[in-house]
Formats: sequence, structure tokens, C-alpha cells
Amino acid sequence: MWHDTILVAGKDLRIEARSRVALSQVAPFGIVALVLFAFALGPDRSLMAKGAPGLFWVAVLFCTVLAIQRSVSVESVDGARDGLRLSGLDPAGLFLGKSAAVAAQLVVLEVVLGLGVVLLYGANVEVPWLIIASCLLGTIGLAATGTLYGALSAGLRVRETLLPFLLLPIAAPVLLAGTRIWQAAMAGGTPADGSQWLRLLVIFDAVYVALGVVVYGPIQESA
Amino acid sequence: MSSNQTVSTTADRSPLVQSNRARWTVRIIGCTAAVATAFTVWLGLWVTPPDQVQGNLVRLVYIHPGVAWVALYLAFGLAAVSSLLYLWPRTRSLFWDRLAASAVEVGVVFNVCTLISGSIWGRPTWGVWWAWDARLTSTAVLLVLFLGYLALRRVPAEPDVRAKRSAFVAIFASVDVPIVHFSVLWWKTLHQGATVLNPNLSPTIHGSMAWTLLLGFVALTLVFVWMLLVRYRVGVLEDFLGTGELDLALLERQAEGVALDEGDVAVATGVANASDAPLQPGAVDELALPEGAR
Repeated sequence: MWHDTILVAGKDLRIEARSRVALSQVAPFGIVALVLFAFALGPDRSLMAKGAPGLFWVAVLFCTVLAIQRSVSVESVDGARDGLRLSGLDPAGLFLGKSAAVAAQLVVLEVVLGLGVVLLYGANVEVPWLIIASCLLGTIGLAATGTLYGALSAGLRVRETLLPFLLLPIAAPVLLAGTRIWQAAMAGGTPADGSQWLRLLVIFDAVYVALGVVVYGPIQESA
Repeated sequence: MSSNQTVSTTADRSPLVQSNRARWTVRIIGCTAAVATAFTVWLGLWVTPPDQVQGNLVRLVYIHPGVAWVALYLAFGLAAVSSLLYLWPRTRSLFWDRLAASAVEVGVVFNVCTLISGSIWGRPTWGVWWAWDARLTSTAVLLVLFLGYLALRRVPAEPDVRAKRSAFVAIFASVDVPIVHFSVLWWKTLHQGATVLNPNLSPTIHGSMAWTLLLGFVALTLVFVWMLLVRYRVGVLEDFLGTGELDLALLERQAEGVALDEGDVAVATGVANASDAPLQPGAVDELALPEGAR
């Protein structure tokens, strides 16, 4: 299973390295979103700094949708999906591999967006490790749920419109937890302030990664 | 006629659609639900006294918790269990899929009613139509999750594929419900200490009020069961209409071929009368819908 995971993740990341879709389209889109949020809030810098945690995570969620669309669409042409199914790779490995590739891209996006939030909104980070922990855990959850829903909607003609509708409400706890942890980190709170939310993220990740490992095979068959 | 046989054998598979006893059960449940609802309305609006604190506003309490109970626990719980049973290979049957779909559809209606009745109560009590209270927020998220389920179901697909896909989405959504609930609960408590939900506002329930509240639960549960059964029946008929129409269209095409072969003779002798024609306008309704569905 782990071998298959590395194979699939490597394949997706190689495609990204050659096409640079996440880097040249999704990341700039995230920055555009940050700028638009700033326009929506007005030029008040203290308001922006206050809203920075939530806006960061909303931008991450939007970027996740795009990254998942991309991850699905690289397999929608030339019968690549059937090829993957015929390849005899372990479905669990396939799921973990695709999730890992999405997660890796999301981490890069989060670094870009995080810098954007700090520079544009003047967000002041007091406890960096809380931010890093929330980003890593949140990314795992987003990648896992996204990959699951991506596989579910893979064969559909209405995929582009249906996927955000299905995925974003499911990811609401990640947004809530991530925002709270960021707020704690910006207020310079103790680790205890964020630990409850970190636990919630761990549970979210564990549930959806486990679900994905178990049901990815049957989902592929039904798509 | 052969077309009639083809169609009716498909319909026989569903006892809820075909059997007389099942139809009467649905009717009786429907009537009981109507009577119970009428009683609840009568008790709630005329017999019970107004509350000391809330006045006439308390009367919403006879409806609101019942509606919420049906939507949040009965309907969505049933949908989750049915979806699991569909995915379990030993119990896989389209029955569970249709049951889940019906439960979600009725549940969404009750969920919207929960939010509306809560809002109506919230406006005079809290002063706002919507408060970002933990329960309200998780109820709203739940509604969006299951609206997604219904949207997915509307995507045309083979019944088996659609059933499997929908069952997965129902499971993913159900798993999310406790996580959403806790996150929203903590979000709220961390967000502001004093909640708008003042415990003193909840009326002390006793006597006629308690009975009305209980009757409201029973009545709304009956309404749910009745709506569920009717929706299930409509679901069966919808699926059946799809396959029945295809069968009919095929037969029609085949009959055209036969008519072309015998066309000269038929036209010359005037044999082609109405009873021999394989498909007349309105024939689809007559053939596709079993007795009692019309």
C-alpha cells in the first residue's frame, strides 16, 4: 500500500511539476481572493488583522476546491481513470497517494497565502508552531475529504458545480478549528488555547483518512 | 397484450406499490396523522393557557421540538442507517436506497420547517431572526449537507450507480454531523460567554402543556411516516415509469417494423383499428401506473 501511495503521489506531483497549474493558476487565485477580501472589508488595517485567520482559511478552502478539480481532471482524459483501475494498484494506496499529492500542493499554497496574510493584512503571529500545526492538520483533512468527493464526482458532467457544494459544508469544521487556532496563535495565547481545536482536527483527519482507505475502492467502481 | 405483461411484472416486485393492504395502511396512517395534528393544533391554540413569561409565543413549543426531532434524528438517522444497509453487501437492495432518498427529502422539508419555526420564535424572544447559536448553526449546516445529497441524486445515472454514490455521500455527511456539532458548540462558547438562550425562558411544562407537547411529537412522527411512505411509493413509480417507458418505446418501434411489413394488407383491408395499435396517446399512463396509482 505504501509503495503504491508513493507511486501515485509521485505521478501527480510530476504532472504538477511539468504543468505548474497549482503554482501559476491556483496560488495567484488565492492572492486575488485575499486582495478581494481586503476590498470587501475596507482599508481599516485593524479590521483586516482581526479577520485575517478566517480569511486565510476561506482562501485555503477555495484553493482546495481548485486543487481537487485539477487532481480529478488529470485523470478524466485518455481513459486514465480506467488505466489506474486496471493497474492493480491498491485502492487505499491510490487514495493516500492522491491525497498526499493534493496535500503537498496545499502546503505550498498555504505558505504563499500565509505570507500574503501577514504582509497584506498585517497579521501578527505570536506562536508560529500553532499556525504550522493547524496548517498541517487542516491540510490532511482537506486533502482527504477533497480526494473522496473528487472520486465520487469524477464521472459526472456536473462535477465542477457539484464538488464545491458537497465539499465545502463538510470542511466547515476545518475552517472553524483552523480559524480558532490562528486567533489563539495571533493573540499569543498558551498552547492550551489551541489544543482543543487541534484535537478536533486530529479527529476529523483520522475519520476521513480511515473512511477513504476503506471506501475508495468501492467509490472508484461506482464512478 | 404482451406489453402489458412486461410492464406489470416489474411493478409486482414492489409490494408497497401493488398490495391492497399496504395502500390501506398508508391511508390509515395518513388519516391518523391528520387527526393527531388537528388535535395538537386545537390543544395548542385553544385549550392550553399562555405562558407567564412568553405569553402566546409558547405555543410554538408544541410544534418546533417535534419538527426538529423528526428532521434531525428520525429522518437523517434513518437515511444514514438505510445508506449503510445499502452499502453492506448482504443487505444491498434498492429498497434501502429509496428509503434513504425518501427520508432525506422529507427530512429536508422538516429541517427547513425547524429553521423557520425557530426563527419565528427567535425574533420576538431574542430580537433577531437568526442567532449564531450552536444548535442553529449545526442545523443549518446539516441542511446544506443533505441538500448536497439531493443535488447528487438529481444527476442522471444508472439506479445502482446512483444508489451507491448517494449512500457514500450520506455516510460522509452523517459522520460529519457530530464533528460539526462539537466545533460549532466550542466556537460559540469561545466566541461569547453569555448566550442569548436564557434558560429561564424555557417554560415549566406541566399539565395540558406537557400533553400537548407529547401529542405534537406523536402527530409529527406520524406525519413523517406517512410522507415517507408516500414518497417511497412515488420513488418506486418514478423508477418504474423510466423503465416502463423504455419498454413501451421499444415495443412501439418493433410494432412499427411489423406494421411496415404488413402495411399494405392492413391499410387495404382497414384492419388497423384502435385495439391493435400498440401505443395510443395516454397508453403510457394506463400501462405504467398500477392500480391505485392513478
